[in-house]
Amino acid sequence: MIYTREEAQKLLKKVLSYSKADECEVSLSGSDSGNIRYARNSVSTSGEVNQLSLAVSSSYGKKTGNATINEFDDGSLQKVVQRSEELAQLAPENPEHMPLLGPQTFADSITFVPETAAITPDTRAEAVGKSIQVSKDAGLQAAGYLENTTGFEAVMNSKGLFAYNKATDVVFSITTRNEEGTGSGYAARGYNDVTKLDTLSATKIATTKASGSIGARAIEPGKYTVILEPVAVAYLLESMFFGLDARSADEGRSFMSKPGGGNRLGDQLMDSKVNIYTDPFNPDLPSSTWNREGQPNVKRSWIEGGVVKNLSYSRYWAQKKGVDPVPGPSNVIMTGGTDTLEEMIKSTEKGILVSRLWYIRMVDPQTLLLTGLTRDGTFYIENGEIKFPVKNFRFNESPVIMLNNVEALGKPERTISVESYRSYLVPPIKARDFTFSSLSDAV
Amino acid sequence: MKRKQFIQMAGLGLGALAMPKMPFGSRLIDPAEAMQEGMDAATKKQLADAALNAARSSGATYADVRIGRYLNQFVITRENRVQAIANTESFGVGIRVVAGGAWGFAATNDVTMDGMAKTAQRAVAVAKANAKIITEPVQLAPQQGYGEVSWKTPIEKNTFEVPLKEKIDLLMSVNGIAMQNGASFINSGIFSVDEQKYFASTDGSYIDQDVHRIYPNFNVTKIDKASGKFQTRRSLSSPVGMGYEYLTCPPGSKIPGIVTRYKDRYDILEDVKNATADVTQKIAAKTVEPGKYDLVLDPSHLWLTIHESVAHPTELDRVLGYEANYAGTSFLSMDKLRSGNFHFGSPLMNIHADKLQPGSLGAVGYDDEGVKCGEWELVKEGVLVNFQAIRDQAHILGLKHSQGCCYSQSWADVQFQRMPNVSLKPGKTTLSVDDIIKDVKKGIYIIGDGSFSIDQQRYNFQFGGQLFYEIEDGKIVGMLKDVAYQAVNQEFWNSLVAVADERDYRMGGAFNDGKGQPAQSNAVSHGSATSRFNGVNVINTARKIG
Repeated sequence: MIYTREEAQKLLKKVLSYSKADECEVSLSGSDSGNIRYARNSVSTSGEVNQLSLAVSSSYGKKTGNATINEFDDGSLQKVVQRSEELAQLAPENPEHMPLLGPQTFADSITFVPETAAITPDTRAEAVGKSIQVSKDAGLQAAGYLENTTGFEAVMNSKGLFAYNKATDVVFSITTRNEEGTGSGYAARGYNDVTKLDTLSATKIATTKASGSIGARAIEPGKYTVILEPVAVAYLLESMFFGLDARSADEGRSFMSKPGGGNRLGDQLMDSKVNIYTDPFNPDLPSSTWNREGQPNVKRSWIEGGVVKNLSYSRYWAQKKGVDPVPGPSNVIMTGGTDTLEEMIKSTEKGILVSRLWYIRMVDPQTLLLTGLTRDGTFYIENGEIKFPVKNFRFNESPVIMLNNVEALGKPERTISVESYRSYLVPPIKARDFTFSSLSDAV
Repeated sequence: MKRKQFIQMAGLGLGALAMPKMPFGSRLIDPAEAMQEGMDAATKKQLADAALNAARSSGATYADVRIGRYLNQFVITRENRVQAIANTESFGVGIRVVAGGAWGFAATNDVTMDGMAKTAQRAVAVAKANAKIITEPVQLAPQQGYGEVSWKTPIEKNTFEVPLKEKIDLLMSVNGIAMQNGASFINSGIFSVDEQKYFASTDGSYIDQDVHRIYPNFNVTKIDKASGKFQTRRSLSSPVGMGYEYLTCPPGSKIPGIVTRYKDRYDILEDVKNATADVTQKIAAKTVEPGKYDLVLDPSHLWLTIHESVAHPTELDRVLGYEANYAGTSFLSMDKLRSGNFHFGSPLMNIHADKLQPGSLGAVGYDDEGVKCGEWELVKEGVLVNFQAIRDQAHILGLKHSQGCCYSQSWADVQFQRMPNVSLKPGKTTLSVDDIIKDVKKGIYIIGDGSFSIDQQRYNFQFGGQLFYEIEDGKIVGMLKDVAYQAVNQEFWNSLVAVADERDYRMGGAFNDGKGQPAQSNAVSHGSATSRFNGVNVINTARKIG
């Protein structure tokens, strides 16, 4: 269920009027979402979910209580405020408690697109029908997923802060395989604006990869120059993006910790071509302009020229360290160059093209060593051309080490992480000495 | 796949505890509210009937209704402070229908007569939209209606009735022991779950179930200031299908050895003391020399290997390609099953599926499509003999009935095939862990689960652990670190040469086994006794950055 800014503001004001606590924060969120899933060229499961919920957080000194409700008559609203106040009286003091923020100025975001909010079961079925037809025409089996969500969040507190945001999102992913199970291809898309989604062309990429990956040869694992497509880059770098946190670094338990104490702010940790930043107003990857602590999300650099420019500081940790708080990334954008993937392949003497990575897990958090596998199209490149498909590899590699070995960056594009389904704007990356440690028979 | 959790709570960074995923749509409530009785069964039946009637009159040929109240409690602490206490409740209804031969599903938290009817109509509209693009109509295995029945996890002490103060005091004691014994940091928590599920279908079942789970756990970190390196050791507890009684541990529930392990109960105060000593030892441990080793795997470790390498590839939806776009397919096939001669492992490999084992996460009376739960064999003396199936898949295996492994993580998600408990049967002849170690010339004894990764068809996997002990000429000679093993699935299970007897049988498990789109979490246990695998490839995971 979606409330407008005015409807949300009116309701939250009424809820706050019932508060007797030292501080009170009320938030309202709702969503309408729909999905459709298919496999073996036919729809399997699909559904629609609507929700609306109100949360109240009351504090007395450093003691806080939380309660929520999904009924909206006056009695229920009074009850939820009272319950949060009772809980706050019972709670232990939290030494890390921070007072609420006062009024803030938030710019209007560009995250909502009416066309996405207007998606129906029929439009989902139609988009999927196109994808299935492409797969059938190619003599392949399609398995895919399309999900659209419209959601809003609004927050108001007793110190005068109010914020509202409404957003739409649509994600689509498609795998096509041949009947014998010897070829597989994949494509994934994520947008705020459904009019940018073309399930037909995405499925064509997946069918081309599937057909091209048939007859994969085994080559020796070892260190190779790789070209990682954006969907592989997003998944590989995701745990690094979420590890850009000062506290765990200062505590000595992160790849951002400095031997002997402190963190790596200001250190040249990666190749000078690496630039990573956040920008809520990027037209290809917009985000909300405020976060759940009521802080504005602004454009901010994390890695600049390979140097660690910023780490996130919670309000508590910032106070303890005597610095300004830095909210974590609301979106992640990595800059690149102008080369297309084809041009990057052309300039490669010997290497491996990686279409997608799979099942990435942390092996060692102090070096950010990750393991995972290639999937859905891995190809050997020689003298600027794709020569033949190769069997999938397991890798053991740290993205920090990889970003020290960058040879070239291509043109960034919006893609999704294949596990979290979050969207990122990242380039294809060419890097030397990427460590493949064993072969897999998986297709 | 065991789903990775992104730690997004403020102040929890890398090295913190893995938080179970909060079901979609959960809301925070106070503990007292969690103790209130939910809607009574008679009202639920009335609402369910309204939904079933609305579905039928809109054109559904089958419908089921799940009215769910999902309660969670998280108590999360670090060192001397409570970081978060949250009681959440999620209440709503999910309605699934077959119309025009296609599935449709809709869910809402508007659990009223009007909400039921509207949601049922939406589910039928979704099914009818899909019916235009299906190639095969849904074929459901016949299922008898059970009438009005109920089932409850046989708990001794409801964790939601235990005062918060008692839990906080326990965790503060845990943290105190770690810090007094030289830990740099400790994170600890108790996660509690109560799924109150009401199922009704057009087959005539009205099933009321109350399912309880608990997971107390900690993670001790020690930083070596001189080298800037750190090591961690997680608790050897398991998430279990029990109440708060899991935290009362009689001596008979302890497995003595190089470190104490736990059978069906858990002593958190003892384990944290051991963990703090272990983490200190880990810092000074020898880095592993890569190569081939015989591995002796404790059940606290082996459960995860079974989960990834046996339980997932025997899911029929993966075998058939329904998970191709996300979790993946399987190296197993209908042909391999039908051959009756596919040697998954050595003759010591006997794998059993069930949703019955007391204390297991998978134990329920009925699955989420109204099928009474049971047990069956998946691998018999090394040979593949069956898969895991639900009602719309049973005919593919030539089964007359579903095997009862349909599950949904909440009312807001559609139910689908999820793994039951999948366990390695203990050895039939008397064999202790000491007997197994005594015969190993060059080996590694691994306790606790660590890093895990496996390909989308389940051929190639890599696993870490919590504790690694070097075995030389039948004796444990010291601790190792930076250990992970890589293997090819079928080769690995064919290298199984010893399984300890039932005295050592224990279950491990996870709250957050992930599958499906949108991704859903399933809680599942895997039992085993200590087992030996010969000649497995071990790699060294130490690296240097910056």
